[in-house]
Amino acid sequence: MKRLTTLLAASAAMVFASAGGASAQMDKVKACFIYVGPVGDFGWSYQHDQGRKQVEEELGDKVETAFLESVPEGADAERAIERFARSGCNIIFTTSFGYMDATNAVAGRFPDVKFEHATGYKREHDNVSTYNSKFYEGRYVQGVIAGQLTESNTIGYIASFPIPEVVRGINSFYIGAQSVNPDVKVNVVWANTWFDPGKEADAAKALIDQGADIITQHTDSTAPMQVAAERGIKAFGQASDMINFGPETQLTSIIDDWGPYYVERIKALLDGNYEQSDTWHGFAEGNVRMAPYTNMSDDVKADAEEAEKKITSDELEPFSGPLKKKDGSDFLAEGERADDGALLGMNFYVEGIEGDLPN
Amino acid sequence: MLEAILISIATAATPLFLAAIGELVSERAGVLNLGVEGMMAMGAVTGFGIGLATGSPLIGALAAVIVGAVFSLLFAFLTLTLASNQVATGLALTLLGLGVSGQIGEAYVGQPGVRMGPVFLGLDPIFWFSLVLLVVVAWFLFHTKPGLKVRAVGDSHVSAHALGVPVIAIRYAAVAFGGACAGLAGAYLSLVYTPQWVEAMTAGRGWIALALVVFASWRPVRVLVGAWLFGAITIGQLQIQAMSLSTIAGFAAPLDSIVGALKSVPSQFLSSLPYLATVVVLVLISRNRRLALVNTPACLGQPFVPDR
Repeated sequence: MKRLTTLLAASAAMVFASAGGASAQMDKVKACFIYVGPVGDFGWSYQHDQGRKQVEEELGDKVETAFLESVPEGADAERAIERFARSGCNIIFTTSFGYMDATNAVAGRFPDVKFEHATGYKREHDNVSTYNSKFYEGRYVQGVIAGQLTESNTIGYIASFPIPEVVRGINSFYIGAQSVNPDVKVNVVWANTWFDPGKEADAAKALIDQGADIITQHTDSTAPMQVAAERGIKAFGQASDMINFGPETQLTSIIDDWGPYYVERIKALLDGNYEQSDTWHGFAEGNVRMAPYTNMSDDVKADAEEAEKKITSDELEPFSGPLKKKDGSDFLAEGERADDGALLGMNFYVEGIEGDLPN
Repeated sequence: MLEAILISIATAATPLFLAAIGELVSERAGVLNLGVEGMMAMGAVTGFGIGLATGSPLIGALAAVIVGAVFSLLFAFLTLTLASNQVATGLALTLLGLGVSGQIGEAYVGQPGVRMGPVFLGLDPIFWFSLVLLVVVAWFLFHTKPGLKVRAVGDSHVSAHALGVPVIAIRYAAVAFGGACAGLAGAYLSLVYTPQWVEAMTAGRGWIALALVVFASWRPVRVLVGAWLFGAITIGQLQIQAMSLSTIAGFAAPLDSIVGALKSVPSQFLSSLPYLATVVVLVLISRNRRLALVNTPACLGQPFVPDR
């Protein structure tokens, strides 16, 4: 009889625990990933997939993973996410900004599944978390390098779409470049694509034709690096270490390291201490790393390393006042630092950047 | 600067032209192959892989031509011998090609490939070959007897069959030619345009090539014009974005205001211009019934089963 009550109590506890959702331990987690590009893009989606592989490696048979690649942002995304939710995924990572509304919509219909949306800011349901990395910290360091190395004082910047993530990167790069060279200009070309090697190469060529002697990119392929190598100028890699594509060209690259975050979240789910969160990590937590500083003098390298160190230790924040917006209005007062809200919703150029931001 | 821009335009136009001229021949024979994107992807991965293995971009390109042709024969077998639906089979071929190429190419990701460099006037051998190909195709289709048979098969396979023309055999050949050209177009991407392999690097160019064939109303020379127009708009809008206002102010009188006006147009709109142009042309073509009837292969997309 005593045994029975223990059993009853245990099962009651289990029911209670599973009703509580977040606190239930799990024996095995099925983690699913949705990528905007092909896993073989050697950029954004490739790095997310590296993170997925790290999860498999570290958590072994406690985890099963699945992914869908090249899922277009928009209506298709909602179908893909829902398919995963129905197929028994416990946690779904949707790894592109444009999946934001689709993720929240599906999350509302599947309250037992955890959703993790990268680079977004909407958490409309308890089961939606968001995560992002402070890539702009790396872009500031790039700016510090480029500002010193440019001879034409024109740096070519290949941008994808005018979303806050990209705009923040351009601003941070510019602020970094200005900190060492007040004459430097950043020439932005919008490719209107995340991934089209041919078009990215064309954008790089256009920028070089118009006088840029350093290229940086916020698109996902290695094509701009190759064009820079061919034309004999310098460039920054994106998302992965692209040194193979420009051994004498790459200055450094911002490396997205998603693995630690993915492992942490899935582990939390296994251990029963998973909670909704909004994560935004950078240099300090190791989510953003810089590839080795190459093809530059030791002085420039030292400056870059110092900037990286100062940002890591929080001594330096790229977005610190006094800073004005392009339209002349005040953004940050002397000594003021931008808060996360202002950074995450950034939809303006800072003062000094030429050209208009498309809307 | 102008020379560099022209080379960029030619480079952007060549893969579109190659894929489109092949599809044109296929469609002239009455076969609508929507698998261009997939065949290009197969060509791209083959060109890259074989180029890397042999160290010769030329051998890579030749291998891509063969693989493109062989891959298209799968489509030909399904649609011509088994008389399956051409639209559905073509779409399947695209999906298959993108998937298989991604699988084959997994090991190539992150590796720089071999480059086919310029040989004359800053342009590569495949570009020059594509011009020769244009002349040959135009001459073949409109000035030779076999060319006439190809068009006859596309316009009325029943009549052609009644006259003893081997409809199925000619269609096989036309589809294989289309596949070979698409394969070469893909190799152009992975050997000349951006000498690397990344999955889905065709990025929709196969679909643009398909649109170009209609844009050109099935005339070879117009395919070249269309490809150059596409290339010029794509490159032009990037160049204008990159131009500083002072550069633009330095242009001669009418040009400075035109370029200045274009610079103020949102880049999203300029990016979509090639597609808008296609839509406009399609509307114009369909409005002119005579023009549409003269050039559209009448049997386009229709299966032919001889003993029925």
